[in-house]
Amino acid sequence: MRRWASFPTTRRSARLQARLSRAVSTVKIPPVLRASTGGEREVSAEGSNVGEVLNSLADRHPDTKGQLFGEDGALNRYVNVYLNDEDVRVLDGLETAVKGEDTLVILPAMAGGR
Amino acid sequence: MIRRAKEQITEVDPGEIHDLLPDRNGTVVVDVREQQEFEQSHIPGAKHVPRGHLESRIEGAAGDKAARVVLYCASGNRSALAARTLQEELGYENVESMTGGITLWKDRGYDVEVPRSLTAEQRERYSRHLLVPEIGFEGQMKLLDAKVLLLGAGGLGSPTALYLAAAGVGTIGIVDDDVVDLSNLQRQVIHTNDRIGMPKVDSAEQGIQDINPGVEVVKHQTRLDASNIMEIIEGYDVIVDGVDNFPTRYLLNDASVRLKIPVVSASILGFDGQLSVFAPYEGPCYRCLYPTPPPAELAPSCGANGVLGALPGIIGVLQAIEVVKLVTGSGEPLIGRLLLYEALGTTFTNLKLRRDPDCPICSRDPGEISDEEMGVFPDYEAFCAAAG
Repeated sequence: MRRWASFPTTRRSARLQARLSRAVSTVKIPPVLRASTGGEREVSAEGSNVGEVLNSLADRHPDTKGQLFGEDGALNRYVNVYLNDEDVRVLDGLETAVKGEDTLVILPAMAGGR
Repeated sequence: MIRRAKEQITEVDPGEIHDLLPDRNGTVVVDVREQQEFEQSHIPGAKHVPRGHLESRIEGAAGDKAARVVLYCASGNRSALAARTLQEELGYENVESMTGGITLWKDRGYDVEVPRSLTAEQRERYSRHLLVPEIGFEGQMKLLDAKVLLLGAGGLGSPTALYLAAAGVGTIGIVDDDVVDLSNLQRQVIHTNDRIGMPKVDSAEQGIQDINPGVEVVKHQTRLDASNIMEIIEGYDVIVDGVDNFPTRYLLNDASVRLKIPVVSASILGFDGQLSVFAPYEGPCYRCLYPTPPPAELAPSCGANGVLGALPGIIGVLQAIEVVKLVTGSGEPLIGRLLLYEALGTTFTNLKLRRDPDCPICSRDPGEISDEEMGVFPDYEAFCAAAG
C-alpha cells in the first residue's frame, strides 16, 4: 500500500479514494431517538466527516434532524456526539474526519432510575 | 515458679515507663498478652507479641538484643516469665518486666489505646472482603465508617442498597417520598409483596436490616428540592443518584459540587443504561456533560416509561461497586468516563468525558456558587406539561 501511494494517481487509487470519502460509519442511536429511526438501535450512514454522517442519518430519518441540529445547523447543546470514545467537541466538531468502521455515538441526556 | 522468675529478672514500675512517653528513648514496650486482651486496650505505642509466640515473633518487635525491652501483661506474672525467656534463652541483654501490668497502669490513671477491630461476627460476615487485598481490614473499616446517601429506593436504589448493606456500609441514607406499589416489584427488589402500601424508606430499611442489622439507616421521607438539599446531603461521603428527572439532577449536581461530594450517577430506559462518577473538581460534573437540559419531547422522564426489570439490577450493582471503590480508594473509579450498557445487543461502550473549563458551576470555587444559582432549570411543571 505504501508503495502505491508514491505513484501518480491511477484510476484504481482514485476509485479507492472516492470510496474512502464515502466511508460508511455506524451510528449508535440512543433510546430517545429510536422512535425516529423506526426502532433501529444502530444505523449505517455515509460521510467523510461527523457532520456529513449525521446529515446522512437525518436525510434517511428526517425526524432526527430537529433533535440533532439547531436552526443554525449546529449540533444542539443537549446532544453529545462521540467519535468512537471521544467527544467530537474536543476534536474538530462536525468537521471531524470519519473513516469507515468508525462508530459515532449520539448521547442525549437521560434521566430515569425508577 | 513465678516467684523464682521474678527473682531472676529486673522489674520496673509503670510510672517509669509512663515518664518515658512519648518517644521512650529507644525503649521497646511489648505487650505479651493474648490477641483479645490486646484488642481491648493496650499501652499506647506498645508492640504486641503474645507470650506463646515469643520465640518466633520477638525479633519482629525488638530486633536489637542490646536495646531496652520492657514487657507487660495484665498483672506482671506472664511478663515476668516472658522476660526470663528473653533473657535466658533468647539472649536479650536489657529486659524488664513491668510490675502490676496494665491493671496497675490503668489504676494509676495512665492513658490506654483502644485499637479498632472487627468483632468475631464481623470477621465472619466480611471474611470474603478481608480475603481481597484491595479491601482487606483497612477497606472494611472504611466501609463500616462510610456514610452513603441513596437518592431513591426504586429500580436503581434497590440493588444498590442491598449490596451496600451486605458490604457493611455503616450508614445508608435513603431519600424517597413514595410508597411501595405492585408495579414496582418487577424490578425494585428491596421491596416485597407484603410491604405494598408501605413507605419505601420503611420497606427499604427492613430489607437492609434483614441482610445486615449492623447498618444504620437514615430515612428521609421527602423529595429533594432546593430548600432541603444542602441539609440532607451534607455529611455523606458518597451520593448514589438514581433520580428520575432532570431538574433534580441539576440541583443535585450543583449542591454536590458545592459540598465536594462525589456522585455515582446512573440512568436507565428500556434496555439501555448509563453510568458515570461525577467527582467534583477531579473530573467533569453533570453540567460539563450537559450544560442545558433537552427539550421536553426528548426527555422521557416525566411519566412512566418501560424498563427491563433486570436492567436496574446490573446498573444499580455497578453503582454499588463504584461506591465501594470510592470508599476504599481501590481501582480506578468511573470518573471522566461514561459507561453505556445496551442489553439487547449486549454491548458495553466506554466514552471519555471531559471537564468544561467554562462550566457554569465547577469552573468556579465552591464558595462562589450561590443558593440562587443552584438547580437553575426551566419550570418543571411547564417542562413536563410540554412533554405531554
